[in-house]
Amino acid sequence: MAGKLAAPVLPAPGTPMVDIRGLSTVFELPGRRFTVHENLDLTVQRGEVLSLVGGSGTGKTVLLRQILGLEHPAAGEIRVLGRPVAELGQRGAASRVGMLFQHGALFSAFTVLENIAFPLSELRTLPAELVREAAIVKLQMVGLKPEDGAKMPSDLSGGMIKRVALARALIMDPPLLLLDEPTAGLDPDSSDGFVTLLRALHRDLALTVIMVTHDLDTLFELSTRIAVLADRRVIVNGPPKDVIAFQHPFVHDFFLGPRGQRAMELLREYPFAV
Amino acid sequence: MQEPSTPRIDSEPQAGGASVRVLGQWTGAHFAQPGVLDALQAQLRSAAGRDGWDLRGIEQLDHVGAQLLWDHWGRRRPAQLQMRPSQEAVLERVEQFTTGPLPRRRPGWGERYLALGEAVLDRAFQVREFVRLAGQLAIDGLRLLRSPQEGPWRDFSGHLYHIGATALPITALVGFLIGVVLAYLTAKQLRQFGADAFIVNILGVALIRELGPMLAAILVAGRSGSSITAQIGVMRVTDELDAMSVMGISHSFRLVLPRALALAFAMPLVSIWTTLCALAGGILAADISLGITPTFFLRALPEAVQIGNLLLATSKSVVFGLLIALIGCHYGLAVEPNTQSLGEGTTASVVTSITAVILVDALFAIAFQEVGF
Repeated sequence: MAGKLAAPVLPAPGTPMVDIRGLSTVFELPGRRFTVHENLDLTVQRGEVLSLVGGSGTGKTVLLRQILGLEHPAAGEIRVLGRPVAELGQRGAASRVGMLFQHGALFSAFTVLENIAFPLSELRTLPAELVREAAIVKLQMVGLKPEDGAKMPSDLSGGMIKRVALARALIMDPPLLLLDEPTAGLDPDSSDGFVTLLRALHRDLALTVIMVTHDLDTLFELSTRIAVLADRRVIVNGPPKDVIAFQHPFVHDFFLGPRGQRAMELLREYPFAV
Repeated sequence: MQEPSTPRIDSEPQAGGASVRVLGQWTGAHFAQPGVLDALQAQLRSAAGRDGWDLRGIEQLDHVGAQLLWDHWGRRRPAQLQMRPSQEAVLERVEQFTTGPLPRRRPGWGERYLALGEAVLDRAFQVREFVRLAGQLAIDGLRLLRSPQEGPWRDFSGHLYHIGATALPITALVGFLIGVVLAYLTAKQLRQFGADAFIVNILGVALIRELGPMLAAILVAGRSGSSITAQIGVMRVTDELDAMSVMGISHSFRLVLPRALALAFAMPLVSIWTTLCALAGGILAADISLGITPTFFLRALPEAVQIGNLLLATSKSVVFGLLIALIGCHYGLAVEPNTQSLGEGTTASVVTSITAVILVDALFAIAFQEVGF
């Protein structure tokens, strides 16, 4: 009985980590229907860092939540790690997908260490000492000290909350990591530190990362691919250089406006070798 | 039965050396399957002390798996260790970051003494805050009298509906049933003495003076006291209270005052409603068990129960309402920004307000024992 817990076994080589086909999302507002996605296709291959960008209301976060199985599309199919998304939310889901919520979503009643250990300790079969050690390792992997483990989430700074939430998302070494605005609300220093951390973790743990971000610095420093959401679908999906060259009013404003120009300096410094 | 992916070790001596071969999927998710970890630890124990290990047969090694091996090796590498570079990286991180248990200090007597003092001071602080809140409410009441048009009347009417109107069905049901039970039990006793007619006096005084207001107050404390604490507590958690302070809007005038007014206004009405329903239940039960007709009951009631009882009950209810609102708001404002504190505050609010209602009722009983007889 391999059981439902069985394995975060990676999909067969060549199978995409996330495969979205013909996705449509419709919100029913009183009096009118609001179509967010229409016949949207998106594929994420193993090892990629894919950034979703788009104007507000283009359904970036909704898409992320659909990949997690938290929301259900009106039509279309989403496969994560080669399996239908409906199979995701079961026991041991933390070993398949990790999610970093925008505000951390730490359990405020638990200490930092209990928060990180939660997905493991909730399995109820692992010895407490092993769980504690595993949590301490993850706590230090995200750049915090073992002493921080005893703190409560309300005592943490914004940057620390993100780090703890990241450690919690990674506690079972999931192959796929989703990030919702990973650097929003952080000061530039913490933001840079967090981006460096994400880049190191991506390299060391062979993660596949999907993130929603508005921060151009983060975008250019981390992404191997950028997918632009506009007109209810993915208008372009490719390496940053190709995306910037794409002719579309949103792409033009987003990347070639004054903010974009500044971030573009980075593009010349970082050769996207990941 | 063993799956090929089950984490396991093969400690049979190999041709090429004395290595223990580690096989299967060494991940937290696999260890968590029933029985797997126990079997694995038994295998590991049988291989204790071996110093040649070969990890190359592992299909997948995560940090939990590496941790288990690291702990088994007594936190040092065995003399001979063969593994793939990717496993090396995982093991290195575990090696680097594993720490012993953090020292846990047991509090000494001095600290316990200080903790006791802190707890006492905290109680005193709570009392002081409560008194301050009550005083502030009085000042806000004066401000409202001076300029009534500034008052939060929309909130007042909303709370009136949620605290008063929506409480009518449940108070009616509880009141009616208590009336039936009380009348039925009293009737049994009275019939032994042939004092059937006195059921009007007993039910009248008990329900109008004591039980009606008490039942209503306890139900409202449970319903509305908790919701007031939760509402204000969530505002603390989401920084809404701070946002109000920054805008220069007083918490007590904008949050406490409308709730206190609404409860002070709704409580006597709910109390009278509960009393009426209880009396209806009593009349029904008296008719069935003693044959006392509703007409007789209603005609005898005004003589049996003086109007003073009703006045006492009504004024008591106003005090109950104010108390419930103040206690609810007090605990709501004292909530700290985490979910634990919110839950504790809500519980404390309900328990305290019910206790306070019963205590104050006893005070009223003593202070006004001459009234209404």
